[in-house]
Amino acid sequence: MSLVISAANLDLTFETNDGPVHALKDVNLEINKGDFVSFIGPSGCGKTTFLRCIAGLETPTSGEISVNGMTPDEARRARAYGYVFQAAGLYPWRTIGGNIRLPLEIMGFDKADQAERVSRVLELVDLAGFEKKFPWQLSGGMQQRASIARALAFDADILLMDEPFGALDEIVRDHLNEQLLQLWARTEKTIGFVTHSIPEAVYLSTKIVVMSPRPGRISDVIDSPLPKERPLDIRDSPEFIEIAHRVRDGLRAGHSDD
Amino acid sequence: MTFKGIFPALTVVGFILAVWTLAVIPMNAHLTADQAQRDDMIITPEAPRERQEISGLGLALKNPAIIPLTYVQQRPRLPSPHQVAYEMYDTIFTKAPTSRKSLVYHAWVTLSATLLGFVIGTTLGVLLAVGIVYNRTMDKSVMPWAITSQTIPILALAPMVIVMLGAIGIQGLLPKSIISAYLSFFPVVVGMVKGLRSPDGMQLDLLRTYSASANQGFWKLRLPASMPYLFTSLKIGISAALVGAIVGELPTGARAGFGARMLVGDQYGQPMVTWAALFAAAITAAMLVAILSLMERRTLARMGMGAAA
Repeated sequence: MSLVISAANLDLTFETNDGPVHALKDVNLEINKGDFVSFIGPSGCGKTTFLRCIAGLETPTSGEISVNGMTPDEARRARAYGYVFQAAGLYPWRTIGGNIRLPLEIMGFDKADQAERVSRVLELVDLAGFEKKFPWQLSGGMQQRASIARALAFDADILLMDEPFGALDEIVRDHLNEQLLQLWARTEKTIGFVTHSIPEAVYLSTKIVVMSPRPGRISDVIDSPLPKERPLDIRDSPEFIEIAHRVRDGLRAGHSDD
Repeated sequence: MTFKGIFPALTVVGFILAVWTLAVIPMNAHLTADQAQRDDMIITPEAPRERQEISGLGLALKNPAIIPLTYVQQRPRLPSPHQVAYEMYDTIFTKAPTSRKSLVYHAWVTLSATLLGFVIGTTLGVLLAVGIVYNRTMDKSVMPWAITSQTIPILALAPMVIVMLGAIGIQGLLPKSIISAYLSFFPVVVGMVKGLRSPDGMQLDLLRTYSASANQGFWKLRLPASMPYLFTSLKIGISAALVGAIVGELPTGARAGFGARMLVGDQYGQPMVTWAALFAAAITAAMLVAILSLMERRTLARMGMGAAA
């Protein structure tokens, strides 16, 4: 297995008007190719900040971080990852197809290639036939799927997702989780996934990173023994419940010492 | 405007017409009484000096016979709606559009200055807004001056601009257009700065993850996001531009344009001419705004943002 993302002794302090905020402290983590890694923790634990560090959207104060053997900034410029935000953030003046074409236009793919890629990723997220619709004509879950398609369109090996299903209701979320697993199995991407839902983290991940706040740090890393093939009812299995327990314990431990 | 929207608007127009029609009687009562007395009618009170003591309404009630005459005065203080309507009909439809007597001719003179000024003002406004959004120094320095510029009464500034440009040999269309531009650039600056800054942090971060250039960020995100703001600004800007062109015609004794007609009507005691020019200017402004509204609806609908309009 090859190492895709590695962080060593990562520290990040934000200077705010109320004084410095220690967002990340001594974070060490290694992510291998093909891993599905969830970051879970209460708000303020730095899970989103860490994801943004990987993406090169934040710069750590000290420590080492590499993505595909490059600095995150270089990796960002090499378009090493696709990023999915909390909200779909589709441009309202572009059709679904137009939104997915956006990164392709920016990255200079030729027209025929763009069209081929758009229809391929729409297929992948089960939105074939919606290419000419505008975002407001789609439900919230469909919009989020379109934003995942947008992140997949340029074939980056890494997919970074920041609470992508946080705003959706539970039934839609279950459905999307299932689809995401299928998509991950088909594309063999490395996925970093921020969530604050324990079942979601356990259901999706091969590696669960439990984080705790003030200062934001990693309190536990759990390698999931669950098989790669995961029907939804795996959530009732004893193994699943055991991992969920361990995650909950990790979260509680993080809470008790502040 | 939707079909349903027409009825409330017409109700307001009807109300204004009714008030106007009634106001003609007291406004013109005194001069009508004077004229009627010269034409051997019996007017009470008989002495003109005594008549000055009572109100127009009182005078009309004492002499009901003069009431119909208040509507047909040659040089009324307040012309009646039908007199203004006739003057407009006469000067718009029965005179050749190239004749100086035609209101269409004067409309074109003012409109051409308005449109040139609007184009200059809009271009300037958009360029300034782009500068303000992309350049910290311009952000700090330009906006306060743009706001200050609008606190100077245009009536005080217009003659100076016209006279100074005249002194260096620039006359005719351009000085008026500059005043139009001066009034119309401001709403465009304010609207476009707001529009170009309307994308949120997430949308900007998204472009960073694609390592998009500043140029791509402008054309693919900031500019399209600012379109609804731009059209709102343009509608305010074009009516301001028309006002600017008219104001530019007032102080210099311009011989053509709505401003010139208003001034001529005033100075030569032809109130119908003034009022006709006033209404023609209002109708012109309404048509300009309507054209922009139509363009707005078309553009935003094509951009999938019809609901935002």
